[in-house]
Amino acid sequence: MTTTWAALLALAAGCYLLKLAGLSLPTGVLERPFVRRAALALPVALLAALVAVQTAADGSSVVVDARAAGLAVAVVALLLRANFLVVVVLAAATAALLRLVTG
Amino acid sequence: MTSPHPDRRALVREGLAVGLATGLYGTSFGAVGVTSGLSVLQTCALSLLVFTGASQFAFIGVLAAGGSPWSGAATGLMLGARNTLYGLRLTPLLAWRGWRRAGAAHLVIDESSAVAGTASTVPDARVGFLVTGGAVFALWNLMTLVGALAGTALGDPRTYGLDAAVGAAFLALLWPRLQDSSARRVALVAAALALVLVPATPAGVPVLAAASVALVAAALPGRPAPTEGADA
Repeated sequence: MTTTWAALLALAAGCYLLKLAGLSLPTGVLERPFVRRAALALPVALLAALVAVQTAADGSSVVVDARAAGLAVAVVALLLRANFLVVVVLAAATAALLRLVTG
Repeated sequence: MTSPHPDRRALVREGLAVGLATGLYGTSFGAVGVTSGLSVLQTCALSLLVFTGASQFAFIGVLAAGGSPWSGAATGLMLGARNTLYGLRLTPLLAWRGWRRAGAAHLVIDESSAVAGTASTVPDARVGFLVTGGAVFALWNLMTLVGALAGTALGDPRTYGLDAAVGAAFLALLWPRLQDSSARRVALVAAALALVLVPATPAGVPVLAAASVALVAAALPGRPAPTEGADA
């Protein structure tokens, strides 16, 4: 529990300093192409990896289960421009329903 | 003719609407937070102190998958790096210094940056930034508490599909970033790399390793800008 708090507070401090750095650094930093491209690509890579792991990882194995069905429904909802909460609720409901039906 | 500040009114309306929509999904963060093994206090502390949704979801996502809190924090930090980019863009628009800048920094998130970025003057940008950031902060924290209290009453989160909700939440955060083909390539390679590493590495590591895909993509020379890219 203490480790969790320490990591949580470190994350909070780090995220605040990252925000403050943006408002404090000279604007020219943004003009370096590598910095700009990395800052744009980093969230894409991390979020995509998180989607994959959250949906298909079960401990140390890769599985296709009710979560994948939930994600498929989320894709459809996003294509239909549903808002965030609707996407999340539909994905959860799909997985819950599938588990209820398949036991 | 009806208003001396039509732009500013539109910014306030937009900011409040964004705040409401974003705040509501704080409920899902709160519920998933407690079902990932955090206490109500820890879940609320994340929303109050970290206050950047993707990093918060990453932290609880890694914990829920059995990863260490430190790899969760590292993933959250890397996701938080995009706020630095927003800040760099906001600096000339907000033109704050000293303690105002230090206070404003906490509100630098996707939503406040997007709304302030549409303003054409410094006063308008400040109004848009503060209304949006303030509305999101108030509602995000309130709804996190509501979700966390509801989540503790739920029992097994899998029954309600809350594990599937986390993946969907990440996808919804990712979706607007997939406009150009190079971003879609980065996303596909990163997801594939993470899945390949799942059986071979401890939980949390596959996601951290996927960050390397972004760095490699950024280092590749001669990438066309999205506006000139004709490939699909």
